[in-house]
Amino acid sequence: MGLVVDIKKKLGDFTLEVQFETRGNVMGLLGASGCGKSMTLKCIAGVEKPDEGRIVLGDKVLFDSEKGINLPPQKRKVGYLFQDYALFPNMTVLQNVKCGAGTIEKAKKYIKKYALEGTENLYPDQLSGGQKQRVALARMLSSEPRVLLLDEPFTALDNFLKSRMERQLMEIIEDKDKDINAHAEVIFVSHDRNEVYRLTHTIAVMEEGKVVDISEKHDLFRTPKTLASTLLTGCKNISRLAEDDKGYKAIDWGIGLKGEKYNKEKYLYAGIRAHDLRIAKTKDNLEYAKRDLDNNENVISCELVREVEDTFSVVIQLMPQNLENKTEYSLITYETSPAEWERIKNNIDTQNITVIIPEDSVIWMKE
Amino acid sequence: MDWFPLWNSIRIAGIACVIVFFTGIFAAYYAYRLPRVWKGILDAVLTLPMVLPPTVCGYFLILIFGVKHPVGQFLSQFGIQFVMRWYGGILAAVVVSFPLMYRTARGAFESFDESLAHAGRTLGLSESYIFWRIRMPICRQGILAGTVLSFARALGEYGATSMLIGYTPGRTATISTTVYQLWRINDERGAFTWVMVNLAISTVILLAVNLLERKHA
Repeated sequence: MGLVVDIKKKLGDFTLEVQFETRGNVMGLLGASGCGKSMTLKCIAGVEKPDEGRIVLGDKVLFDSEKGINLPPQKRKVGYLFQDYALFPNMTVLQNVKCGAGTIEKAKKYIKKYALEGTENLYPDQLSGGQKQRVALARMLSSEPRVLLLDEPFTALDNFLKSRMERQLMEIIEDKDKDINAHAEVIFVSHDRNEVYRLTHTIAVMEEGKVVDISEKHDLFRTPKTLASTLLTGCKNISRLAEDDKGYKAIDWGIGLKGEKYNKEKYLYAGIRAHDLRIAKTKDNLEYAKRDLDNNENVISCELVREVEDTFSVVIQLMPQNLENKTEYSLITYETSPAEWERIKNNIDTQNITVIIPEDSVIWMKE
Repeated sequence: MDWFPLWNSIRIAGIACVIVFFTGIFAAYYAYRLPRVWKGILDAVLTLPMVLPPTVCGYFLILIFGVKHPVGQFLSQFGIQFVMRWYGGILAAVVVSFPLMYRTARGAFESFDESLAHAGRTLGLSESYIFWRIRMPICRQGILAGTVLSFARALGEYGATSMLIGYTPGRTATISTTVYQLWRINDERGAFTWVMVNLAISTVILLAVNLLERKHA
């Protein structure tokens, strides 16, 4: 069926300018809070009006500023799952679901389907977080929407519940073809990269109202194209680049970077993920790295600044030695398992750590 | 004892309260959705009767509805004359109690979570369903408070009422104008009786409000 969105809307400090298309895949909108993700969803649902542009669902035009079309939300068949679920507090579970279903019989069917039997006569404030979300889902899906908009649906939940609700939501999304909501387009909005990665197929990265990167999720996390998407996909080490006759130089780390020596397009930043870094811990390793070390390419001599224990990993912060201008980007973050870090620590001098940046793990950014 | 002032006060306050209930809610909902600048201007105009002395409101009412003035003259062709008639008291009570309803209702609307209305729309619910079945019930506390305050204010109205409809025993007399008249002619006992009646009504209203609030808390 497909949903085409191409809209502009002035919002206080910036202009929302969003263009994307979905074709049966789950689409993710990833961005920091206040970047215009929710406003985009509201425009699709029709509860906010874009200044100009088009929104087309299949062969149905939902909004077209040129032709003066602006279907009311009631006629769009777009389901919206709000962050706090927006259950009507003055209605029972059954009444809430009936608002979407239309009839009591249908409402009861959905209540059964989402394991809410027994809660029919309870009010929303008597429900647990998980039940609230199931009521919101039942209410939304019973109205048989052709587009599902999910606006940070897990933000209000604790971690345990979160993973359970996530699984449930995934089942619902995958269950589409067995259900009356067949072929619904799904757009999932979040600021949590892991959530978006787990739940979606294609990801659009948004910054200050604009889509700065859009690709299939594996591609996006492997090779993000912009600084914003690199940061949002969780890359912790980023340096500005300068060009000299030998190639690119990472200013903030004080080293040269191999690969991509010459390209018609100019790169401005380079990044490396914390778990992609390698630390030379044996003689062989060191020997291998020696040549690069002499060339001052892809290898940095660092000293240990601090180690922070995370739940299942250790985060190590390192500062390059022999660096004249240390900046806030100079600090290098390396992440590994606690066991591996123990092994490394026993073999090296923490005042002189040789950090290797594997060539093929470098992320190159144009903007 | 002639109970007319009690009956007259209650019918004036009752009818005024019904009128103010709808106009106040309508104005509050309209103002709530306006852009900020217009909201501020409308707010000032609609709240003015609350801060003006009631006699000034009465003066303006006479200026508009007096038989010698255009609007009053026009209405008198249809036999409607607010000056010196009991239903003129409704007009006075409406003008003076309207801001209370408007203010409290607007406050209630402003604390309403708009995503509930958005959710209703995406579910296909009509605008009137959303207003009467979702917005109003959720805002009922504020609206109820506004209604009771407006009724109490209308019941106690003196200044604008006495200017517009004066005091004619058995025709335009209300509790508050009766208290003043009886006291003026040294009928201390009569004045005291009506004071006690007024006190009783007000106490009952306030107790009822407390009870209602506790029930919903």
